[in-house]
Amino acid sequence: MLKTFKKGGVHPPENKLSAQSTLERLPLPEMVYIPISQHIGSAAEPVVQKGDTVKVGTLIAKQNGLFSANIHSSVSGTVQKIDEIIDSSGFRRKAIIIQVEGDQWEETIDQSNTIVRDIPSDPKEIVQKITSAGIVGLGGATFPTHIKLSIPDGKKAEILIINGVECEPYLTSDHRLMLEKGLEILIGTQILMKALNVHRASIGIENNKKDAIKHLIELSKDFPGINVVALKVKYPQGAEKQLIKAIINREVPSGKLPIDVGAVVQNVGTAFAVYEAVQKNKPLFERVVTITGKNLSKPSNLVVRIGTPIRKLIDFAGGLPDNTAKIINGGPMMGKAVCDIDVPVTKGTSGIVILSEKDAVRLPVQNCIRCAKCVSACPMGLEPYLLMTFGAKQMWSEAETNKVVDCIECGSCSFVCPANRPLLDYIRLGKLTVGKIIRTRKS
Amino acid sequence: MSSIVIFSAITLIIIGVVAAVMLYYAAQKFKVYEDPRIDQVEALLPQANCGGCGYPGCRGFAEALVKADDISNMLCPPGGSDVMKAIAEILGQSVTQTAPMIAVVRCNGTPENRPTTSIYQGASNCTIAHSLYKGESDCAYGCLGLGDCIAACKFDAIFIDQATKLPLVIEDKCVACGACVKACPRGIIEMRKKGPKNRRIYISCVNCDKGAIAKKACNVACIACVKCAKVCPHEAITIQNNLAYIDDNKCKLCRKCVEECPTLAIVELNFPPRKKTPESETTLSEN
Repeated sequence: MLKTFKKGGVHPPENKLSAQSTLERLPLPEMVYIPISQHIGSAAEPVVQKGDTVKVGTLIAKQNGLFSANIHSSVSGTVQKIDEIIDSSGFRRKAIIIQVEGDQWEETIDQSNTIVRDIPSDPKEIVQKITSAGIVGLGGATFPTHIKLSIPDGKKAEILIINGVECEPYLTSDHRLMLEKGLEILIGTQILMKALNVHRASIGIENNKKDAIKHLIELSKDFPGINVVALKVKYPQGAEKQLIKAIINREVPSGKLPIDVGAVVQNVGTAFAVYEAVQKNKPLFERVVTITGKNLSKPSNLVVRIGTPIRKLIDFAGGLPDNTAKIINGGPMMGKAVCDIDVPVTKGTSGIVILSEKDAVRLPVQNCIRCAKCVSACPMGLEPYLLMTFGAKQMWSEAETNKVVDCIECGSCSFVCPANRPLLDYIRLGKLTVGKIIRTRKS
Repeated sequence: MSSIVIFSAITLIIIGVVAAVMLYYAAQKFKVYEDPRIDQVEALLPQANCGGCGYPGCRGFAEALVKADDISNMLCPPGGSDVMKAIAEILGQSVTQTAPMIAVVRCNGTPENRPTTSIYQGASNCTIAHSLYKGESDCAYGCLGLGDCIAACKFDAIFIDQATKLPLVIEDKCVACGACVKACPRGIIEMRKKGPKNRRIYISCVNCDKGAIAKKACNVACIACVKCAKVCPHEAITIQNNLAYIDDNKCKLCRKCVEECPTLAIVELNFPPRKKTPESETTLSEN
C-alpha cells in the first residue's frame, strides 16, 4: 500500500507527453528580459545601469530586505535599459533588458561537469551561499529558500522533505531532472540537511515516475539518512501540507507552518539549484522548463536562461499550433494563462502548457445541486460551495470563520464540479479580501 | 354550560388585567431614554440606508448627528444640502453649503476604441478578473465591464450600456452615495460635482502608462501630452503619473481643453452644441 494523504484529492488525466524527452539546452536568445520581482516578497533593487556590460552570473539586482532574493544576469552582454515590460498577467512590471553578446561566464563559476561530493561543514556558510545565489523555491511558489532554512528560535527541524511529486498534469521538468541529475539532487539534499542540522530526509515521488524512483533508490544507497518514498498518484500531493501528511503522517494545523510540525519541504529543482550554488558557485540564472501540449510537434524539457521570452521555447518545440486557445504558465491545474507570448521565463516558470480550443473551453455555469463533490475533493477539508457563496455575497466574516485562508488554491473543487461553477475564482477572492482584513486588524 | 363560559371569560379578563399591569410597570421600570430629536432627524433623512454617509443606515447617521458637537463635516449624499440644512435647524447648528455630486465613469474604452486582445471566461466579477490579469484589452487600467459597480448600486442608477460595454450612470437616479467608487477595483469611478445644469468636463481615462503605450492600447487614452494643462486659463488641470486630471473645484467649464485634446480623452456632458464663433465660448463659460 503506497503512502498518500487522506483527505480529498483528485486524479486528473496525467498527459505527461514529454516524460521521455531528455533535457535540452535552449539556444541563447538575442535579448533577455529579467523582471526584478521573481519571488514572493519585495522586489530586488537593480544595481546595474543602462550601458553596463554584464557577464553570465553577474549580480544585476540585489536583495531588498529579508523577504527578497538576489537576481543575476543569465547572459553576457550590455544592459539595454531598465524599463517596464508586461508580465504574464499583462500588468507592467520593472525588468532589466539585456542584449546578448557571446556567452562569457563569471570566472568564479565552475563550468566543468565534474561532480563535487565534499560539502561545506558550516551551516552558516551554506545559507550565506544560497542567499547570495538568489535561490527561491522552484516548484512554482518562489518563496526565498534562505528564509525556509533559517529556523525561528524555539523551533526545531526534524526532517527534510524533498518534493519530487510533480502532481500537476503535463509537467515533467522535475521528473527529467531526477533522472538526469539524480546525484546532484542527492548532494543538494545533503547540503540542505547540513544547513538545517537534520539527519533524516525523504524524497517523495509519485508512482507514475517508476524510473525516477528506481534511479534515486539506487543512488541514495551511498547517502545515509536519505530515503526515497514512492507515493500513490493523487493531486495535489505536491502541496507542502499534503506531502508532509503523506510522508510523515503529521497534519500542519490551520494557520501554522510546516516547521511547527518539524518539517521543511524543498523542491527537487531547488535541491539541484542549491547543489550548483554551493558546490559550483553558480547563481540561479537558468532552470528546467517543460514546454508541452497535445498539438505541439515536439514537447520538450528545456534548460532555459531566466528572461528568455516564451516565444523562443514555443518556436523550439515546433511553433504555435493553429488551434491554440490558451497558453498556461505552470501546470493546467494551478497555472495561469498568459496573455502574450513575449513574456519572459522567470524563476517560477516550471512549465508552459499549450491547450487547444477543445481542452481550454470553460463550460457554461449552472446552479449548484448540492452534490458535495467539492467537499469530498477538497484536500484541506473545507467546504468550497459554501466559501464560494460567501465570496460572491461578500460575507467576509463568515468566510473567515469557515477558514477561507486555509485554501491552497489547488483547484480540485472546480475540477470535480459537475455544474462547472467557478468555485476557486470566488474562493480566491474571499482569501484575498479576508487576508487583507486580517492584516489590517493586526497592524 | 353557560357558567363554564362565564368562568372562562372572567379568568381570561383577570389574567389580561394582571399581565397589562405587569407590562406597564416593566415598561416604566426599564424605559430607555432616547433623544426625541433622533426620530425627527431620521424622518428627514431619505431612508435609503445606502451607507454613503459612512454610518450604518439612516438611523445610525441620525444618532451620530444628534450626538455630534459639530455636524459641518457630515453629509448625507442622497439628501444633499437641503436635508442637511433642515437637520441643522433641528439641532441648532449650521452647515456649509455643498455642491451636489454624481458618479462619473472615467473610461471610454468601447470595443471600437480599445481592441479586444484576449478572452476572459472566468467568474463574472471585476475584482476577480483584476486580480488575475489586465483584462480583455491591452489597457491594464480601464473598465473590465463585469459589473461590480452595478451590483453595488442600491438605486439602480448604473447599468452596462450594451453598445459601449461600459457602465452608464443615470443622472436622475444617482444619489452620490459612493458605493460604486468603493466597489470598482480599478478606481475608475469618481465622485465629481454635478455642475450647473448638470454640465461637467472630465478626463475619461485613468491609464497611467506612458503615452505611446496607452495610445496603442486604446484610441481615446490620455497620453499626458500636457496640451490641456497649457490651454487651461484657470490652472485646473494637473498632470501626474502620465495622466491629466481636472480639479472640479477650479474648473470653470470653459471647454477650451476639450477642443485641444488630441485623443478626445476629455469628455463634456450636457453642453449645448458648439457654435463656430470664438465669442460664443466666452459667453458659455459664464454659465
